[in-house]
Amino acid sequence: MKNQQTIEKQAPVNGRVRVDWKEKGSEVVSRYGIFLIFLGMVALMSILTPHFFTYFNLINVVRQVSFIGIVAMGVTFVIITKGIDLSSGSVIALVSVMAASFAQGGHSLVVPILIGLGIGALTGLINGTIATKGMIPPFIATLGMMTAARGMALLYSNGRPIGNLTDSFLFMGSGDLLGLPFPIIMFLVMGLISHLLLNNTKFGKSTYAIGGNEQAARICGINVDRHLILVYTYAGFLTGIAALMLTARISAGQPSMGVMYELDAIAAAVIGGTSLTGGIGTIPGTMIGALIIGVLNNGLDLMNVSSYWQQILKGIIIVTAVLIDSRKNRKS
Amino acid sequence: MGEEILLEMKDISKEFPGVKALDKIQLTVKKGTVHALMGENGAGKSTLMKILFGIYSGSGTISFKGEELKLSGPKDALKKGISMIHQELNPIPEMTVAENIFLGREPVYGKTGWVNKKKLVQQTAELFETLNIPIDPTTKMKDLTIASMQMVEIAMAVSHSADLIIMDEPTSAITDKEVKYLFEIIRSLKSKGVAIIYISHKMDEVFRICDEITVLRDGQYIGTKRTDELDHDSLTQMMVGREIKQVFHKEPAEIKEVILSVKNLSKEGKFKNISFEVRKGEILGIAGLMGAGRTEVIESIFGVDPPTSGEIYLCGKPIKIKHPSDAIRHKIGLLTEDRKLTGAFLPLSVKENMIMSGMNKFLNFGFVNGGKVKQSCVSMVEKLNIKTPNLNKLIMNLSGGNQQKVLLARWLLNDPDLLILDEPTRGVDVGAKAEIHKLMCKLAQEGKAIIMISSEMPEILGMSDRILVMHEGHFKGELSREEANQERILQIAFQ
Ligand SMILES: Nc1ncnc2c1ncn2[C@@H]1O[C@H](COP(=O)(O)OP(=O)(O)OP(=O)(O)O)[C@@H](O)[C@H]1O
Ligand SMILES: [Mg+2]
Repeated sequence: MKNQQTIEKQAPVNGRVRVDWKEKGSEVVSRYGIFLIFLGMVALMSILTPHFFTYFNLINVVRQVSFIGIVAMGVTFVIITKGIDLSSGSVIALVSVMAASFAQGGHSLVVPILIGLGIGALTGLINGTIATKGMIPPFIATLGMMTAARGMALLYSNGRPIGNLTDSFLFMGSGDLLGLPFPIIMFLVMGLISHLLLNNTKFGKSTYAIGGNEQAARICGINVDRHLILVYTYAGFLTGIAALMLTARISAGQPSMGVMYELDAIAAAVIGGTSLTGGIGTIPGTMIGALIIGVLNNGLDLMNVSSYWQQILKGIIIVTAVLIDSRKNRKS
Repeated sequence: MGEEILLEMKDISKEFPGVKALDKIQLTVKKGTVHALMGENGAGKSTLMKILFGIYSGSGTISFKGEELKLSGPKDALKKGISMIHQELNPIPEMTVAENIFLGREPVYGKTGWVNKKKLVQQTAELFETLNIPIDPTTKMKDLTIASMQMVEIAMAVSHSADLIIMDEPTSAITDKEVKYLFEIIRSLKSKGVAIIYISHKMDEVFRICDEITVLRDGQYIGTKRTDELDHDSLTQMMVGREIKQVFHKEPAEIKEVILSVKNLSKEGKFKNISFEVRKGEILGIAGLMGAGRTEVIESIFGVDPPTSGEIYLCGKPIKIKHPSDAIRHKIGLLTEDRKLTGAFLPLSVKENMIMSGMNKFLNFGFVNGGKVKQSCVSMVEKLNIKTPNLNKLIMNLSGGNQQKVLLARWLLNDPDLLILDEPTRGVDVGAKAEIHKLMCKLAQEGKAIIMISSEMPEILGMSDRILVMHEGHFKGELSREEANQERILQIAFQ
């Protein structure tokens, strides 16, 4: 093959939009690009602020990222099916207060954990059922859950934090295991499980299939509705895990917890290469996406950049990620 | 027929990652002529046309109407007088036919920018009238059959009043009747001095309508000849580079007991009282015009859209098929008619596309066994001669005909007892078509049953043991292989 460098011109055939980009290297970039950007950011932050590249700070960043990261894994599944989940932030709050109320002593650790995971999964189950059986767009179905779950959290806790949690419960937020904070361990473990699930099982392949072409998936014998319900349930389950750890981390069940987390989770997935057009996305990508958000927040914090600027920068990064993604998609 | 040169493409090259799709291609088209572009699947026909239409850029020079052509995109191409019918249809499903046709150039009230809907519909109706297309401009695109969508795309391309119209497999989804209309349209365009580049795998069409033929093979330019200098065999030889038997002749298989029988199947507004049976070892053809309801019947048997009444028996036992998964469990397979809408998972790889309907047999303790998958997929790629650099290539980057083969492979991997094929060789080249026909016969000889819908008369007549003729949602009659011919089929359809 000759190595001739051409400028690709691509446009959808109806001629509405058109974009130019260099093809050469695009394969490398589209495959490892996000990882390279992440490394670049880490390098940049290390140069800009001496406090960034220390063991203590890096561990801190990853721990902060773990919560959002785990939520984002579930969101990745959902977005791959062409869906969306806006309820994660509120579900975190609901799980937080309910689990906390059973973690105040007198109960064994198993009870709040089961309650937390159960509530998380149940909200997902409801999301999925409403979206599929009710034939309501996931955007609306999960928007409803977002509002309702927040309300339930406030109602259940009377709007007040629920403290006095048992030590064993608090371990999930502040404990160390094998020399690493427990949330980080869970981030890695759930990352591995989710990755294997998505890439190496029938469940995962079906998830891609539904996002790639729902009609074709049905004809291939996939029970689309049931599958989508399971996907939302898994997302809720992961949200439950994040919520338990977050509650333990701040030592209280908080009805105001997790505000805007759904957007951070979606952002992590999208920055990590998950495409809103469906059928495209990976768990490692999402984990990197979450880390990018974390590094950005932390680095800017260390540099004393105002949080207003941080929000603006985050917005720019998200839009850029989607822009890159939509360019890639126009390849077809 | 003019001698004036309209288009000259010189030394066109194009590379995709891992593939040299075009290598110094020439193409010269004269004014007022129909120029065929021929070649096997993946030869580079569509790619060359996409360059001409401004979708891709490649190296080389193009001169059009005596001037060098530099395009910034498809819009520019339309402005300069080139329009194109794409191999893969691109309808906007939720919009009406009229809105689709005049997308981006709707008639408006004065300078307000407010769309004049009445005029829009009227203009579309007029266009359809001159082209003899019986479609209501106000229907939504998603409610049309693919054949109708194809006619709409043709109308759309014609409506730009271009000097050159590219037609990339315009007839792969339509029946003889519409082909006739299309040819009338082409003849009248020709008489107005419009040139047409015509891509098709159907040789008889090419010989009927084209003046000149340019042949590509594996991205190489092979040559250009006048149609009267060529015949089926010499053209095939040019395309394939070796001698091949271009038509496969059916080999007899032993026809055994009934495997599937259908009794009084009905679906409101689609079809009524459909009864038939198919036997092991048999190839049952279903013929009919566009909109006859053939696809609806088989999709409803397969559980895509279950029937409202009627019974289905498998090997004599009544079965209920409520979902395609039930059908697959009963070892039935369905290759659907529309590759893009109901077939391919475009963002996924060739491999994933192949295994999606039969994943269970690739599972080890719940995990997909990569080695097993690879082995099966490689054997399919070889068996069907699928042109792809590797199994991880996205299916959307394969040529149309090769996509079709991947989807066929998907069902073959399931080893079904009954295989339903809806337009199995749509967009597939001569050589591969013969291969697929051979494969169908082999399956029949192994005792499998095949139901085949085809809009191509030679395919229906050549492959079927028995032919059912359908018209407007009813079975009109049945012909045995011996008594069937084109006239009788049409006669039965219209009686
Ligand atoms: N966007 C793309 N990215 C990568 N490879 C591509 C792309 N488009 C086409 N190809 C490759 O270029 C070659 C030529 O494809 P093309 O679609 O032009 O074939 P074709 O002659 O139109 O075939 P068919 O008769 O099957 O439609 C094929 O090998 C195909 O896989
Ligand atoms: Mg093509």
